[in-house]
Amino acid sequence: MTSSAAGAPALELKGIVKEYEQNRVLKGVSLSFQSPAEAMEAGIGMVHQEFMLLPGFRVAENIKLNREPTLPNPASRVLGKKLESLDVARMRADARRALDAVGLGIDEWIRVAGLPVGHMQFIEIAREVDKERLKLLIFDEPTAVLTESDAEKLLDIMRGLASKGHAILFITHRLDEVLAVANRITVLRDGEVVGTPDPKTTTVARIAELMVGRPAAIAAQRRFFAPTTEPALGIEHLREDMPGERVEDISLAVRRGEILGIGGLAGHGKLGIANGIMGLYPAWGRVVFGEKLFPLNEPREALERGLAFVSEDRRGVGLLPEESVELNIALSALEAQGRFLHPSPIPALQVLNHGAMHRHALEMIRALDIRTTGPSQQVRRLSGGNQQKVCVARAMTLRPKLLFVSEPTRGIDVGAKERVLEILTALNREQEVTLVVTSSELAELRAICDRVAIVYRGKVEAILPPDAPDAAFGLAMAGESARAA
Amino acid sequence: MARVLRHLVPLLFLALCVFGIVVAKITAPFLLSEMLVRIGRNSVLVLSLLVPILAGLGLNFGIVIGAMAGQIGAILIVKWGIPGIGGFGLAWLIATPIAILLGIATGSLFNRAKGREMVTGLIAGFFANGLYQLLFLFAVGSIIPFHNPAMVLPQGYGLRNTVDLSTIQYAIDDLIKLRFHLQGVEIRVPVVSYALIAAFCFLTLFFFRTRLGQQFRAMGQDPHVAAIAGIPVERNRIVATVLSTVTAAWGQLLFLQNIGTLNTYSSHEQVGMFAIAALLVSGATVSQATVGQALLGTVLFHTLFVVSPLAGKALAGDAQIGEYFRVFVAYALITVALVLHAWQSARAAREARRETR
Repeated sequence: MTSSAAGAPALELKGIVKEYEQNRVLKGVSLSFQSPAEAMEAGIGMVHQEFMLLPGFRVAENIKLNREPTLPNPASRVLGKKLESLDVARMRADARRALDAVGLGIDEWIRVAGLPVGHMQFIEIAREVDKERLKLLIFDEPTAVLTESDAEKLLDIMRGLASKGHAILFITHRLDEVLAVANRITVLRDGEVVGTPDPKTTTVARIAELMVGRPAAIAAQRRFFAPTTEPALGIEHLREDMPGERVEDISLAVRRGEILGIGGLAGHGKLGIANGIMGLYPAWGRVVFGEKLFPLNEPREALERGLAFVSEDRRGVGLLPEESVELNIALSALEAQGRFLHPSPIPALQVLNHGAMHRHALEMIRALDIRTTGPSQQVRRLSGGNQQKVCVARAMTLRPKLLFVSEPTRGIDVGAKERVLEILTALNREQEVTLVVTSSELAELRAICDRVAIVYRGKVEAILPPDAPDAAFGLAMAGESARAA
Repeated sequence: MARVLRHLVPLLFLALCVFGIVVAKITAPFLLSEMLVRIGRNSVLVLSLLVPILAGLGLNFGIVIGAMAGQIGAILIVKWGIPGIGGFGLAWLIATPIAILLGIATGSLFNRAKGREMVTGLIAGFFANGLYQLLFLFAVGSIIPFHNPAMVLPQGYGLRNTVDLSTIQYAIDDLIKLRFHLQGVEIRVPVVSYALIAAFCFLTLFFFRTRLGQQFRAMGQDPHVAAIAGIPVERNRIVATVLSTVTAAWGQLLFLQNIGTLNTYSSHEQVGMFAIAALLVSGATVSQATVGQALLGTVLFHTLFVVSPLAGKALAGDAQIGEYFRVFVAYALITVALVLHAWQSARAAREARRETR
């Protein structure tokens, strides 16, 4: 009977669990699973972070999904068991028993759609509990959507299950809960085990420290250009509808000339901020840029007013991969500012000024050290790091006053990472561009930023100086910054 | 709003039918006799659409392919000169395995085009039509021996435009004869056909309540959740397509035995479009349809079929005007239903995102 818990971004962890499952030993038998059905057969259950419930199905139908008790009928005797009729009475009875076991008193024959999220979570658990063969139950961030009293209840149920002999793997970033229930703890960071502290002796602060890790080798460069306290961009109560991101009530003031970092766990809204202000997803709220009210949901307006964005989605949003380096660099400026065009009396008939584009591209290739055979090479032939430099070059070409950069080093190699970060700091220092850098890698934010904002559940949890203690960052990411103070 | 709109479609259609009946002064006995015939021959084709909708494949435009299988059966029994219920039964037996094979092929195609089953089915139908034409326009009589001067074109190969099915006409409809007169109009009730339709309805309802039916329902709601629960989604999608294709083949045979002639190259062409239009008229959607809706839709759609030429004649002196409006309205309805569905599912997705936060 063991339970373990880990604190790390849940997304990274899912990958680990998958890999782990492919080569795991359960009760002394080595197993590798080809499909979810096989894992289920072996006695592994999972309570998912995103609900795996069918909203149009009734509670009992969800609990017994694909494990329905059935009764034979004439058709099934001829054509096989799959055509047996559902035994609704037994489905309801089984579901009732499972619901009672998790202490959920709702009617088992109502539809799931419209139920409160807390109920859905307990229905998921009831479904797993109902599986006779259950040996190991995986909880993936089960308390993320629960209220505090529901979370308490859930922990009680977990204790109860463990005492009945079920093993529980509890994946969470809520460190209090880990200490409250776990027998053993494993902390993961970036796909690696970084520690196995003993729950009896360790503290929340210690686990938070392990989660965050040391700042990487990138030397914090001393700044030449001193940031002001003058506001550049004021965000008040920003709310946004972006799939997979939670931006609920972000208020943040960006100072002119600074590099502001935005960090936080995946899905908590850090990527949503830049996307929302640039108008890529529907957003609501009040944004002030350069003392003027800034209209949301107008991508073109954002570019025209001097904002620019290097997207986290390089291939999807950032680049035209089939086109040349020079066109990719010039494109935004060409569209938004009408540059790189030959003058013409009829605006729609302006012709591209290839010469100007070419010269500009050469300049950028030199300035940013883009490794390419020349301005006319297709962008998709470049490496990830060089593609990223093209994205930065395009944003620079707009000569923005404020530049959003999201995940600048995602998917590029270590050498290129440092180069990209250097380019960004140089842009800030030499050209006095205010930067808002969003990254999953806290270490790089701490290396280049003046301040780092941590978001949690769609709100700004804390704004920390880059040299704040590791634990402070860890606690902020877990939504417990009050404890650090 | 969405709820009102859903009921708006059948209500609009009903209003249109009533309007037509009033202006054309159509009598109840005439309408009844016409409708009994049309419901009898079209219902099974509409019912064949239900299972794929349940399983989340949307409207199966591929039933055209099933109809072709049915026609192959019909053509063969005419060639062999087997009449009556025996001929019909043999056609049924020939069509079924062909429909199963074609259904497996279509289903596998749908698995490679997830989320675009409807347009894939539509185009696959056109493609299959090409193969069908190759078979009956060229191969028959040249590569495949086929000597029957009544069926083959004078050039010696290729089938004539129509195949006379009078040998099996009413083989099912008149198995039990029930006729009576109402206000001087003879009304024929195709008892056995209706019994078959009732059986199909019952089987469909029964299927919904089986283990496999429950799996289909789960897939229809969310294939990802279904797969996580261990349901073999891809395999079941093929099964759903096969069931639909086979039912369509049978439905087409039932249709042909009532009509009594086969338009070799065009009988199947409109099958998918008309069955789908009939279903949508009832307020069914791409993702939700019931047996009751299939029957209601058949009644409404074919009432308009009967009424519109007569109304056109009464209003404009030309039956063609009415026909024009019928076709126009049918396509408009399909468009409205599809747009409505896209709009609703986009909104539902948006709301679901908001709720799960």
